[in-house]
Formats: sequence, structure tokens, C-alpha cells
Amino acid sequence: MSDVVSEKAGGLDAHLVVRRPAFELDLRLAAEPGEVVALLGPNGAGKSTALRALAGLVPTAAGHVRVDGADLGALPPERRGIGMVFQDYLLFPHLSALDNVAFGLRCQGMGKRASRARAAEWLEHVGLADHASAKPRALSGGQAQRVALARALAVRPRLLLLDEPLAALDAHTRLEIRAALRRRLAGFAGAAVLVTHDPLDAMVLADWLVVVEGGRLVQQGPPAEIARRPRTDYVARLVGLNLYRGRASAGAAGSTVVLAGGSGKLDSADSLDGEVFVAFSPASVALYRSRPDGSPRNVWRATVGAVERQGDRVRVRLDGPPFTAAADVTPGAVAELGLSEGSTVWAGVKAAETHVYPA
Amino acid sequence: MTRRSTARSANRSTAGRPPLVLLLPALTGLAFLVLPLAGLLVRAPWSTLGTRLGEPHVLEALRLSLVTATLATVLCLLLGVPLAWLLARVRFRGVRLVRALVTVPLVLPPVVGGVALLLVLGRRGLVGQWLDAWFGITLPFSTAGVVLAETFVALPFLVISVEGALRAADLRFEEAAATLGAGRWTVFRRVTLPLVAPGIAAGAVLCWARALGEFGATITFAGNFPGHTQTMPLAVYLALETDPQAAIVLSLVLLAVSVVVLAALRDRWVSTS
Repeated sequence: MSDVVSEKAGGLDAHLVVRRPAFELDLRLAAEPGEVVALLGPNGAGKSTALRALAGLVPTAAGHVRVDGADLGALPPERRGIGMVFQDYLLFPHLSALDNVAFGLRCQGMGKRASRARAAEWLEHVGLADHASAKPRALSGGQAQRVALARALAVRPRLLLLDEPLAALDAHTRLEIRAALRRRLAGFAGAAVLVTHDPLDAMVLADWLVVVEGGRLVQQGPPAEIARRPRTDYVARLVGLNLYRGRASAGAAGSTVVLAGGSGKLDSADSLDGEVFVAFSPASVALYRSRPDGSPRNVWRATVGAVERQGDRVRVRLDGPPFTAAADVTPGAVAELGLSEGSTVWAGVKAAETHVYPA
Repeated sequence: MTRRSTARSANRSTAGRPPLVLLLPALTGLAFLVLPLAGLLVRAPWSTLGTRLGEPHVLEALRLSLVTATLATVLCLLLGVPLAWLLARVRFRGVRLVRALVTVPLVLPPVVGGVALLLVLGRRGLVGQWLDAWFGITLPFSTAGVVLAETFVALPFLVISVEGALRAADLRFEEAAATLGAGRWTVFRRVTLPLVAPGIAAGAVLCWARALGEFGATITFAGNFPGHTQTMPLAVYLALETDPQAAIVLSLVLLAVSVVVLAALRDRWVSTS
């Protein structure tokens, strides 16, 4: 019975206000027990500051930090009972992996032998039983991250904080370690807050995304929702969509959106009225040498601003007027159309491919 | 391993032949430092060395020197590490003034330091009179006085070395320890101290060497009593007036002890930092 009650009051509920010269963070965060929330944002957005404020490493000017119903806002970091995985893991270089994991347990007053035995269990849990006596400098990036995670989880925190847990890893090992981290986060019963600037990390690891720009929340939602309906240029760039703001008026077959700033209009199959966002994928943009007949409802003449290879696709930046857009085409199409900086092309997007949602 | 060796070979290829303008004064400087030591070795009375070394007053002075220098180093560690921490980590008004005061003994002639110690800790001194009246403790002209005089001149070496190490240490390790539930004292003991251990070791070595060679403050504050306050440098100075051969022998012993200890410690700690 009491479990049910505590679960209802459980998780994280925070309002963080941090003031610095020329910067102010004002952010509300909530996370259910077992939920992973990712703070996503550009450099300097305040996401790491928010995490440090949750941990008590940065003083807050106002607000509160409630974890499982208890207000931790006035407590120093060592009394908050929060686990934190730091950006470059910060394993104590003079201690073995085992003693790093045992450190928190020792601080909780557990004896040397008992804490080492418990730490050994944690190392085994993260698959590093063989590396118990290794010093941090002898560990690979992925191993260090697992030790750091074990060290943070060993104290049985009510809230787990992860600051760019994958940033220190090379692209080669990242994929595998991300998958492993996802499994381990899924096994953690408390709330977890993760900071990242990598949208893919956020999408894979988190149940809920909070996008922070300039110290403020600009958008939040489930990853799929954010990926489909970005609300700022930053998020649109992250998820790889062309995004415009405008005013929609519904018609017989969808709606027409007059873009803000009078830079043109876009038709959509979505039927909506009022202030809206319009988004479409660069892959849905087709390029033509001459004005296409018939099919696409949105056709405009554009100047090629840049041509850049991205994997097996080519990203073409189309400059306005009427508006700037990105188009993804095949290398074959680039050759066929003779695309280069400064050349002009016709661009088309089907009305069914543009997505309109309320602003 | 490989990185180090490639760096070394790169150094060699880019450095090439050193220019004469640098080489000449460098070699002169080296000779200036080494020649006096060579002179000691050349003029040493090797034939009577054994018997002279066995003389009780030599051993007595050596023992006293080693004991007092070690005690002074311990005292420096106990007082200097917290002081260095204060200077490196706590922001308070007048921190620059305090830092300047700490380094004064570095530039102060040790004799002046000895006089100052007498004025404060002497039997009629500002603090000394109360020590004498309340506890019956008399510091001047005692072995404890030697330790204090050595500590006074050696402490700045330790503070400067440790403060530098503390400033260079990554504060985020201490934050990591705090999130794991470590209070400030635990953080200091289990994270900060181990991280700056090389700096502390280097400082302690410097401190010990300085204390071992201390002369001016010691003879002023503690006097020159064989067996109680006559350390090796004092014995050397005294012997020079009566028995120059004995002075050379004592100097050799002091030289040998310094070189052996410094070389051993340097290889273990100082060079790796």
C-alpha cells in the first residue's frame, strides 16, 4: 500500500533557477520513477548547468528540487542521494575500478570488506568483473563509462544524472555502448535525467525529451513527437527537417500556409487554420531542370547555395527567394541536373509530404 | 610507451646542435655548481676518513641533523598542507597579502628569522614569556628550538609546492566525490590528498633539504650546543675555525646524505609529477 503512495509522489519534480551574469536558467523538469528524460540543446544552452543544479553542485537562485516527494533544494550534494555520471566519467585515478565503485558505499558508512563485496557485484553486473583491480587509466572509454555508471548506481540513488555519457567515446564503439546503456537505464527503478547534444543519443535513450535553448525550455515531448513536429530551427536541424512558420487557411483538400515574412506559401494535405508550423523532409524535395508539370502542389524556383555529400545522399541547400530549404538527392541526380553552387533549379514537394501542426 | 619514445626522437631531430651562446654559459654554470663539490672530494682526508667519521661528535651532529630535519618536515606537512589548501581553495579578503607573508621567509635572511623567532618565542618574547610562565616551556637553545627554526625557513617551500599542485588538480573529481556522498573532510582525505600527493612529496623533499642545511636561524635561535642544537652545518662552521680537515669530512657526510636522499626521492616521486 505504502509503495503505491510513494510511487505516486515519486520521481523528480524540479524548478531550477540559476542566475549568472549574462545568463539565466529557468527550467521546470519532471520525471516519473523509471523514466529517462533527456535534456537536449546546443552548447551553452544551460543543460549541463541544469544537471549540476539538480546535483547541488551549482547554487540555485530560486525553485525547488523534489525527489520522491522530499525537497533536496537546500541540501549539499553529498546529502542529496543522487547518482551522477560525469562527462569524462571522472573515475578517481588513484583508486582501482573496484574501489571507485566502493567509494560511495564507504561514504555511506559501509565497512571496507562489505563495500568491496558489493562493488564487486556491481562490476559483475556491468560485465567488468575481470577489471576490478584495474586503474582507470588502463580502462577503455566504454569500460570507464560502465565503471562510472556502476559507481553512481552502487549508492542506490533515487535520481540518476548522466552528463553526456557517450560524448567521450569514439564513433566506432558508441553504437554498442549506447545500446548497453539503454538496457541498464531500463533496469534502473528511479528517475533519470540525461544531458546530450546528440539527437540520436536522446532518441534512443530517453522516454521524454526536453529541448533547452538559452536557458529556457523550448519544446518537450516523446522522442517520436519531437522528431515529427519540431518547433524551433535548432530542433528542426537536429531531426533533419525543413521548418517554417506561417498562417494556415483550410481549403477543400488540405490547407495553404502563407509563410511568415511573406516569403512564399506552401500547400499541405493537412487541414488546419491559424498559426502553424510547416515541416517537410529534405528527402521529399524533388529537383527538376525545368518547371515540372502536374503532380507536386508546391513548386518553386531556387538557387543552389551549397552541395554537400552526406553518406550515400547529397544534401543540396536551396536559397531563396522564396525561402531556404534543404533537399536530399542522389549523386546521380546531381550529375544529371548539373547542380553546383549558383545554378538554378526547380524544386517541388508534394502537398501530402508537408506536415502542418499548430504553432 | 610508444608516444613517449616518438616524442623523444622528435625532440632530438628538431633540437639539433645547441647554439654556442647557450651552451657556453650552460656549461659554465654546471662547472660552477659541480667544481666546489669536486674540490671537497679532492681535498678530503681519505686516509683518516674512517676514524674521523667514527668520532662521537660527528655522529651526534649527524643524528641531530637528520632527526630535526625530519621533525621539521613533519611539522611543515601538518601546518603547510592545510595552509596551502586555504590559499588555493578559500576565497577571502587579503588572500594576496597572506600569500606574500607566507613567502617572506624565502627572501628573509635566516639570521633575521632567528632574531624574529627569539623576539616572539624567547623567554621574554611576546609568546615565549607565557609559555615559560604557564607551562614551563623554554624553546630557545633547545632541540625543539632547532626544529622550530628549521620549520620557519622550510615551510614556504612546502606551501608553495602544495598550493601549486592544488591549483592544478581537477576540482571536478571533488565534485564527483561529493555526489557519491563524501563530506568535505572525506573528499579532502580520500580524493584531494591522493591527487596532489606528488606535489606534497616534492614539497616535502624540498622542505627536508632546506631544513637539513639550515644554519642562520638555527644558530641565532637555538645556539650551538653539541648534542642538543649543534646540527651538521653548525658543526662544519665550528670545525672550520679549529680543524679544517674535520670540516671537510663533515661537509662530505652532509653532501652524501643530501645526494642519496634527494636522488632516491626524486626518482620515485618528483620526476613523475
